[in-house]
Amino acid sequence: MSINTKIVDDFINNGVDFITTVPCKQLAGVIDEVEARDEIYHIPSNKEDEGIGLCAGAFMGGKRPAIIMQNTAIGVTVNTLVTLTQFYRMPLPMLISYRGELREPVACQVEMAVHTKALLNQLHIPTYHFHKESDAEELDAILKYTFMCNKPVAILTDASFWGGYGDQ
Amino acid sequence: MIRSEILREIAPILRDQLVICNIGLPSQELHMIDDQPTNFYMLGTMGLSSSIGLGVALAQDKTVISIDGDGSVLTNFGTLPTIANNVADNYILLIIDNGSYGSTGDQPTYAGQNTSLSAVAKACGCENVIECQAEDTAKVLQDAIDSKKMTVIVSKCESGNIKVPVITKDPVVIRDRFMAAVQS
Repeated sequence: MSINTKIVDDFINNGVDFITTVPCKQLAGVIDEVEARDEIYHIPSNKEDEGIGLCAGAFMGGKRPAIIMQNTAIGVTVNTLVTLTQFYRMPLPMLISYRGELREPVACQVEMAVHTKALLNQLHIPTYHFHKESDAEELDAILKYTFMCNKPVAILTDASFWGGYGDQ
Repeated sequence: MIRSEILREIAPILRDQLVICNIGLPSQELHMIDDQPTNFYMLGTMGLSSSIGLGVALAQDKTVISIDGDGSVLTNFGTLPTIANNVADNYILLIIDNGSYGSTGDQPTYAGQNTSLSAVAKACGCENVIECQAEDTAKVLQDAIDSKKMTVIVSKCESGNIKVPVITKDPVVIRDRFMAAVQS
């Protein structure tokens, strides 16, 4: 089974049926898999804070939402995470590509990478870091934890987890 | 007419619907005029009323009305293509366009100058876009509900505010009673 299939299977097995995405090269395969599954309503967002708003609405309407985005989005969504998701106590699994880590070819990505965990820590967002493919075995438990505690939870997935950047 | 007068006029229509209400004075005014468990008041997060409302509409079948402002739509312009490409016929976006940032001291917005939000919504692909004068908002809103077609309404009104108390309800209470109303 591909890692993309495993990740989306875990979402579906945890009742996640509404996923918004903002693309990243590393996330292309998992986004394709989300789009391909009938169990999930896939709604691409133009910006990540818009996506978190969609997820908040979907949750209140009875769905189990998730967002898939790059770590640069943490810089975009601080206010939304704090004043919407956390203030109203809503669950939100965030599958995040952790750009700017080892094997990163684009220097500018590192500038946000060095702030990513510090920001998540400052926001008191439970954060998990997938570095090896076997780390994804925890995804099922992380999703259960997220919907148990009604918090946003970050899952950072770095280049090593995704197998590098190919021929980039 | 100013925004609070529109809200007072449409309150009997809103009463039976799920409503996502914009941050600041719009929520405070609606809360004072006719607080209902079917109202979700935004206490923060400027710009996301339309996104939250679309999410609720896509998740279930009841009619959802997002009450937004011109300034808030300008701050989240990406919402309009998302609405246009994810059609929910139980969704109405009501933009009360007073051409100003009302909650922050009535600074002018570009929507009150050269930018037409109804033209932008149409250009983004929204099929049913109606621009109306404040006085006609109640009729246009009721027609949109009855049409069962996703509709964007731009209600042009005058700038101005009334004195209203802030909302002191706990956000989790607002969210919980709204979710119970969705399920009822």
